[in-house]
Amino acid sequence: MREKFLKSLMIGVFSLTSCISQENPPEVKTPDQTKFTTETVVDGIDIPWGMDFISENEILVTEKKGTLYRVTNGEKAEVSGLPEIYKRGQGGLLDVALHPDYKNNKIIYFTAGVHIEGDEGGNTALYCGELNGNSLSNIKLLYKGKPNTKKGQHWGSRIVFDDKGHLFFGIGDRGNRDVNPQDLNRDGGKIYRLNLDGSIPEDNPFADQEGALKAVYSYGHRNPQGMTVHPETGEIWENEHGPKGGDEINIIHKGKNYGWPVITYGINYSGTSITDKTSMPGMEQPLYYWLPSIAPSGMAFSSSKVYKKWKGNLFVGSLKFKYLERLVIKRGKVVKREKILNDIGRVRNVKEGPDGYIYLGVEGKGILKLVQQ
Amino acid sequence: MKIFTGILGLFIFFEGIWLYQEKPLEQSIADGEEIYQDFCIQCHLDTGEGVSGVFPPLAKSDYLINNIELSIRGIKYGLSGTITVNGEEYNGVMQEQGLDDIEIADVMNYILNNWGNESKEMVTEEQVASVNE
Repeated sequence: MREKFLKSLMIGVFSLTSCISQENPPEVKTPDQTKFTTETVVDGIDIPWGMDFISENEILVTEKKGTLYRVTNGEKAEVSGLPEIYKRGQGGLLDVALHPDYKNNKIIYFTAGVHIEGDEGGNTALYCGELNGNSLSNIKLLYKGKPNTKKGQHWGSRIVFDDKGHLFFGIGDRGNRDVNPQDLNRDGGKIYRLNLDGSIPEDNPFADQEGALKAVYSYGHRNPQGMTVHPETGEIWENEHGPKGGDEINIIHKGKNYGWPVITYGINYSGTSITDKTSMPGMEQPLYYWLPSIAPSGMAFSSSKVYKKWKGNLFVGSLKFKYLERLVIKRGKVVKREKILNDIGRVRNVKEGPDGYIYLGVEGKGILKLVQQ
Repeated sequence: MKIFTGILGLFIFFEGIWLYQEKPLEQSIADGEEIYQDFCIQCHLDTGEGVSGVFPPLAKSDYLINNIELSIRGIKYGLSGTITVNGEEYNGVMQEQGLDDIEIADVMNYILNNWGNESKEMVTEEQVASVNE
């Protein structure tokens, strides 16, 4: 009788504390922070949104306010020739990526908020241009989301490449969540796939669907700000901001619906519910969701051997909690989470450099290199 | 009769000034709330509390209430470097939000009159326009 009572009491206490904790497992751990430190690669960049490596010592970095820097051995030089950037809320100059054959053609791609075509407001655009020294020329607009809007939210827009001559980039829901993401005829809330010259691949999932935007590759996204290619499988991995709670990691598959706003693990910032559904047939479940939100930005796998035991791990920046998160993924599940560089600052970007080290874009600072002690 | 005319004249004068003013405070606050939900809520939160050590609070914020012009400047041109709000230090970066002057005035009126904040004076579009970097 007494045993039964004690057992019930324990179960009761356990359930109560589980309800209170509410963090989506695995719980993030904070290991001994003296095991790692950073080296400053370049400072004085307020919001280093995007970066890509020309070589080990030469990096292109975007300052969201509207400057593209060519950083050589830690010295910044401004690159001229950018189109006019529309700075509104979360939008500005965003990602930058070298053409896979940059060595020969000197082409770079970048995404930005722009205000063109006359109507008020702006939207996310993808451009390419030729980089010679510190000047960009031959700028081409490859894609622009429509319509323009004065909303400040959710511009996307990381750029990645597969090994089949395609480029992928995202545009967030542009503050119009109930209209854009689920509608294939509208921009916003989408991941797009283009050929490297900006043309539409013939086998894009909705290329033959009447009325659909042919560039769309997947839909139902809120605001993807991390994207990277898995070094072994070649799959496109993505992370996106959820509302209050419900940030996600997704593997992006052709033609799939990632559910926003019909299904979500988050609620409104005001505390009210968006939907009571966390799943629906025909909509993809995230590989992982964060609760509470960490506000993920940037994403990179460690594919090198420079960090003992971290090879294969996923690294994501947290804007909200100011750390770099290391995730251990086994058989498609997140089994461990750790805070690296706790309190370093708002981590806006994460990339693996050609030297195999992890580089971070940290707001209020610049580009930092993660070093184990 | 003279006095009556005088009073009538004054009444019409002040009536004229009131009609000539920019949008009423109530409207500005309502418009400001929409701006807040779009541009500000992700960091300063629905409660105006911000996130300790990361995003300063606006609710009962001594920095805000005592530094109207600095706050306008921060929204208009961006704010960085160390500030102290309600005894806590913040050293983050808030870039300019790309808001029109009227939008800045509206959102200022919203935050100055919400979460227990009370402001006697209305922030106007002209006031915002006059704030330099």
